Amino acid sequence: MIASEIRTNESLLGKFNALLADKEMVGWVEAVVRDFGSDRSRLLDIVLAVQRKYGWISYEAMVAIASALGIHAVEVEDTVSFYAFLNRTPKGRFQIRMSKTPVSLMKGAAVVARAFAEVTGAPLGGTSPDGVFTLEWTSDIGMADQEPAALINGSVVTALTPEDVPAIIAALRGCRDDAASPLFPGREVVLPHSELKPSLVQRGPVLLSGRGACGDGIRAAILIAPEAVIQEISKAKLRGRGGAGFPTAMKWKFTRKSISDEHYVVCNADEGEPGTFKDRVLLTEVPDLMFDGMTIASYALGAKHGLVYLRGEYAYMLEPLQQVLERRRQSGLLGSRICGREGFDFDIRIQLGAGAYICGDESALLDSAEGKRGAPRNRPPFPTDCGYLEKPTAIDNVETYACAARILESGAAWFAGYGTSESTGTKLLSVSGDCERPGVYEVDFGTTINEFLDLVGAPDAPFVQVSGFSGQSLSAKDFGRSIAFEDLSTGGSMMIFSKNRDVLEVALQFIDFFVDESCGWCAPCRIGTTLLKKQLEKIVANRGTLADVSAMYALANTVTRTSRCGLGQTAANPILTTIRNFPELYEARLRTEDFVPGVTLREALTEAVRVQGREPVVEEAST
Amino acid sequence: MSEEKLIFTIDGVRVEASSGQTVIQACDAAGIYIPRLCHHPELEPAGHCRICTCKVNGRNVNTCTLPAEHGMVIENDTAELKSDRRTIIEMLFVEGNHFCPSCEKSGDCELQALGYRLDMIAPTLPYLWEHRKLDATHPDIFIDRNRCVLCSRCVRASRTEDDKTIFGFEGRGIHMLININTQGRLDETGLAVADKAAHVCPVGCIVVKHTGYRIPEGTRTYDQKPIGSDIEAKRNSPKV
Repeated sequence: MIASEIRTNESLLGKFNALLADKEMVGWVEAVVRDFGSDRSRLLDIVLAVQRKYGWISYEAMVAIASALGIHAVEVEDTVSFYAFLNRTPKGRFQIRMSKTPVSLMKGAAVVARAFAEVTGAPLGGTSPDGVFTLEWTSDIGMADQEPAALINGSVVTALTPEDVPAIIAALRGCRDDAASPLFPGREVVLPHSELKPSLVQRGPVLLSGRGACGDGIRAAILIAPEAVIQEISKAKLRGRGGAGFPTAMKWKFTRKSISDEHYVVCNADEGEPGTFKDRVLLTEVPDLMFDGMTIASYALGAKHGLVYLRGEYAYMLEPLQQVLERRRQSGLLGSRICGREGFDFDIRIQLGAGAYICGDESALLDSAEGKRGAPRNRPPFPTDCGYLEKPTAIDNVETYACAARILESGAAWFAGYGTSESTGTKLLSVSGDCERPGVYEVDFGTTINEFLDLVGAPDAPFVQVSGFSGQSLSAKDFGRSIAFEDLSTGGSMMIFSKNRDVLEVALQFIDFFVDESCGWCAPCRIGTTLLKKQLEKIVANRGTLADVSAMYALANTVTRTSRCGLGQTAANPILTTIRNFPELYEARLRTEDFVPGVTLREALTEAVRVQGREPVVEEAST
Repeated sequence: MSEEKLIFTIDGVRVEASSGQTVIQACDAAGIYIPRLCHHPELEPAGHCRICTCKVNGRNVNTCTLPAEHGMVIENDTAELKSDRRTIIEMLFVEGNHFCPSCEKSGDCELQALGYRLDMIAPTLPYLWEHRKLDATHPDIFIDRNRCVLCSRCVRASRTEDDKTIFGFEGRGIHMLININTQGRLDETGLAVADKAAHVCPVGCIVVKHTGYRIPEGTRTYDQKPIGSDIEAKRNSPKV
């Protein structure tokens, strides 16, 4: 009797404490929402703050956020459930996210992951019994030249071996930051391998030349009219460096012409294409050059506000970049009366992402920056008319803004003197995989793949993936082609594979990535990527027939033709370009029968075997 | 003031549009049917299903969100587009669990009707066999996500027509689901049978209870005439 009363009281006390904690949480959330001006468009920042405090975002927290913002919980959940780095269930204090790419796997990521599992006690995809560590795979984290690499909360560790793991875990256990989820556990304890290896291998004449001083481009720009600035960019024939190659001057002109009370300058620093890390190098080596470019754009467009969308994987760069912005404000390169010019006011805010490749699409990026799920928008209207907060917006890649700054600084003619007639200037390439010297190279447009392979130390490579997973899988017959918008257009990712690699296995890993990263908005991409993966799996498992290849090819083309945005329109490229360039590898794997079922009899019977507890009796077919 | 006339052609037929109309709206008014699934004439378009993709000036674009422009040359009824549309319908069939013979919506289902209209015989793609949540707690309405095609009609209707925002999305990619504005059950959401959101589902996912078999199978909307017939009945434009 007494015992049960005590138990009742204990459970009441538990409930009371939970209520108290809830009430405290609600108050805390309300304060955070107020800090962000009770602005619904800052939802991503609000949920990131909640996660930093509590380690995850509970349903109760989502209700509290919704109520403080005057929206519905289902809208908050819509956003939160979209991003890979936002937790709706409790996780370990330290979330170890191993980068999973073909390059990381060939450099030994799987054995490192096993070592993490053994030392922490957390299974891959789960949390350790003591609740301290969660271990997961994640998509490329922008460290392809120093794989295997992992994110630990906001910190990065690279070039890992299984032997390094115990020391890393020991250091984490010594972390004194008492936040539920310390963003940078490596800050006051030194994590082994958290010192990034320098990625820059070859400086070129334009971007990483070390020429010019901070703000030179801006000072040159304000000597001429805003229209003349756009004219200068036009004369330099600058094209967008993200990969699509749209003429930058035209984008700026459209944005300028669009009548509105506000214009925005947005920088796409969501460098998500697997295998690229050149924006990381720009943001580390020459951040001022990019900010100069954005400021020049703001002058040309008459914009007062700028925004840098920084991918969640690069959270560790947030503070250093903010310091750069602060320094620029101090020195009159940002804020009001820039370079002493009356009426030239411009400031920049950095929006951190939360793990979604699709946010590299400019319209998905804008939705994400407005605190929504990162689904691409229907176009038209284009961002130049209706962009961030529905205002005219020029949105360009980090490298594009850096080029714009150099053009104003040194002249359009000088810039156009490099590269080809269609593709002026230089291109930054992120090089990874089977080569002697991975890293970032600044090369002239027009460089052939053969020249490139000699440069990076991979003269005998039989397979190069140009422009990331969504790009092209090239075989040696195409190595005479050149890197340029008019031939091989690339955002900069170059992955090299030696003869020991299985091209179709690699293609399967590419497709697997798109399955994870498809936003789900449109049917062909959402379902098609999963079906393509199943079809390719069957072929890779030596169970495919010629009919399977034809069916996969037809589906790949439908996905390409009907998907809503660039992700879906290029997600089938690994299949389409390997069929085109490596047909013999498919042939070698095909079965000669007319039809082989997708599932083996044994697999089909798994459930029945489990239920009945006995193996099937196989009758020999009589001949 | 005379309004400027927008004239475009679709499969060689001249269509007159008014400014602000989308291509699909102008074609509907002219009696030309462009197959579509997620689009609903009374809701803002969203562009999920891509069935209404046409070749516009040589490029594939979905026409439900595309503003009509003067001089557009559009292809709609071509072998390639029909095949792509049929493939998307097949994808939707294998993504969910659509058992037409046991579904209340059979005969009134737009997915099923599109399958017939686009000559789908049987899905040629592998089924995904996902088990999805069913919620029949509400006295008047049930939601069976096994039959959801993620068209977002309920999401849009609840937000803009009912002013309630009861529905939303959850997750991304192949794991995306329709979500409701509670951690609990559908009957806790304030969804009412009079809401527009309860009546716009093109498939058997959100269904009003006790109405499923009022009209006998075999005599339902698309048992009588193929989907799109109502639009095509309005056709009177001459060929150029």
